[in-house]
Amino acid sequence: MEVSVENLSKSYGFQKAVDSISFKVNTGEIVGFLGPNGAGKTTTMKIITCFMAPNDGDVKVGGLSVQSNPEAVKRHIGYLPETNPLYKEMPVIDYLQFVAEIQNVPKSKIRDRIFEMVNVCGLRGEKYKKINELSKGYQQRVGLAQALIHDPEVLILDEPTSGLDPNQIVEIRELIKKIGREKTVILSSHILAEVEATCDRILIINKGQLVADGTASSLRKQAQDKEIVKVTIEDGNHEEIYRSLQALESVELVDLLPHYTMAFEVQSKAAMNSRKAIFRLCVEKGWSLTEMTPVERKLEEVFRDLTITN
Amino acid sequence: MNKIWIITKRELRSFFDSLMAYVMIVLFLGFSGFFTWIFGSDIFLVGQASLQSFFGISFWTLFFFIPAITMGLLAEEQKSGTIELLMTKPVSDWQIIAGKFMAALLLICITLALTLPYYFTVANIGKVDHSAVLMGYLGLLFMSASYISIGLFTSSITSNQIVAFLAALFIGIFFHLIFGLVSMSSGGWFASLLGNLSLATHYESMARGVIDSKDILYFLSIIFAGLLGTELVLSRRHASN
Repeated sequence: MEVSVENLSKSYGFQKAVDSISFKVNTGEIVGFLGPNGAGKTTTMKIITCFMAPNDGDVKVGGLSVQSNPEAVKRHIGYLPETNPLYKEMPVIDYLQFVAEIQNVPKSKIRDRIFEMVNVCGLRGEKYKKINELSKGYQQRVGLAQALIHDPEVLILDEPTSGLDPNQIVEIRELIKKIGREKTVILSSHILAEVEATCDRILIINKGQLVADGTASSLRKQAQDKEIVKVTIEDGNHEEIYRSLQALESVELVDLLPHYTMAFEVQSKAAMNSRKAIFRLCVEKGWSLTEMTPVERKLEEVFRDLTITN
Repeated sequence: MNKIWIITKRELRSFFDSLMAYVMIVLFLGFSGFFTWIFGSDIFLVGQASLQSFFGISFWTLFFFIPAITMGLLAEEQKSGTIELLMTKPVSDWQIIAGKFMAALLLICITLALTLPYYFTVANIGKVDHSAVLMGYLGLLFMSASYISIGLFTSSITSNQIVAFLAALFIGIFFHLIFGLVSMSSGGWFASLLGNLSLATHYESMARGVIDSKDILYFLSIIFAGLLGTELVLSRRHASN
């Protein structure tokens, strides 16, 4: 089921939280929502889940508008809010029963669904405990279980792995990936590595506006128009190597890495490529080229560039 | 309807899980029992086989207890954020409101049902006017429903339960006492207007065993106004401006 966000705007008083954002998420796609605090991620998610209405624009889930058809939309969405609110005084199993009933899960299937969710989310040992007796990580699993219980077509997860330990994070990521093969998943996170590991596509928003949209590698390329390679050259004079590299036609800048490693970072001029030239230079001079690796910019740097300069 | 019942069931369970229901029932039975049978103008002093004294004392106990029941219904959900959970499920605001209203009303029904032994006892002692007792209970239920709807409204405007409780008492005391008092001490159309607005007037006529469509209409209007106010507050959240 497709989610399409069309020119969405929402302001709180004079402050614009979301400023005409548009994007589309297709079935079988996992989209990561990135942005600094207060960028409008949570607001956008609250609008998609029909908790808030936009000031302008619309969101369509499977062609149904959140404004004119909220109840039909809500039936298809599983939502884990950022604060993971739960009825803390209820036992896990009763809580899941309540959510299943209210989500229109047929009576005959409720038991099976609860059983499945308890297994999938690793709650078998805790199902009779009251929710407020569980640790934060287990509460997060309950939140995830309630979002998944009606097998929704669209899954909206606001920071799904917060509070989980590393093992649980890996499990939940695998789970999200599995679900994402058939369903539409939108998740937000502060952890860039997580988004990179789980998501097919990344959306970066800043101050309510969409500033980037693409896969992790395309974002890196987009932010980095000049090629950088790290080379290690041995059997030569450090000073001479440095000068020869700098003299190459396509090279803009050579960075010295610590002296003893004989390594250099070579940045090419825009839209040029110096890898062949470096190789030929080494052959000519009789140096041994022991390493040549393209330096990829980290997603963190891309993120910083996009969200600080704007 | 089904959705309303799901929400009612959950609320009712949480009343019993949080001991609120037991405290309410014990205190109510304690107060009303004490003043009906043991102290003050009790049944033996009056010397009539009627439940007038019970209806008189319930009129006040319920007035104080109902805001305590309703104060958490929405305020607590807004404080803990579970309102977001509820409102992103496929239920309408009206279903949420109706479900919570029904839960509080059912708790009152259970409490009042536990006072039925009073009726059987009195019926054994002497000749009881059965229809008057029935009307008295009906009056209590209508009064409770009115205060529940006011309490639900005050619970929707805040995330603080104490504020919700006090606001419900504040609004309630006008209907319960003040309109009646002012009406008595003034005259003309103003007095009759306030007299008609006073809940006590309508309750007393029912508790005496007189049924009048005017009284029923009065209670239904308060219930409707309270629920409508709650809906307006809740829908502000997804208003598009």
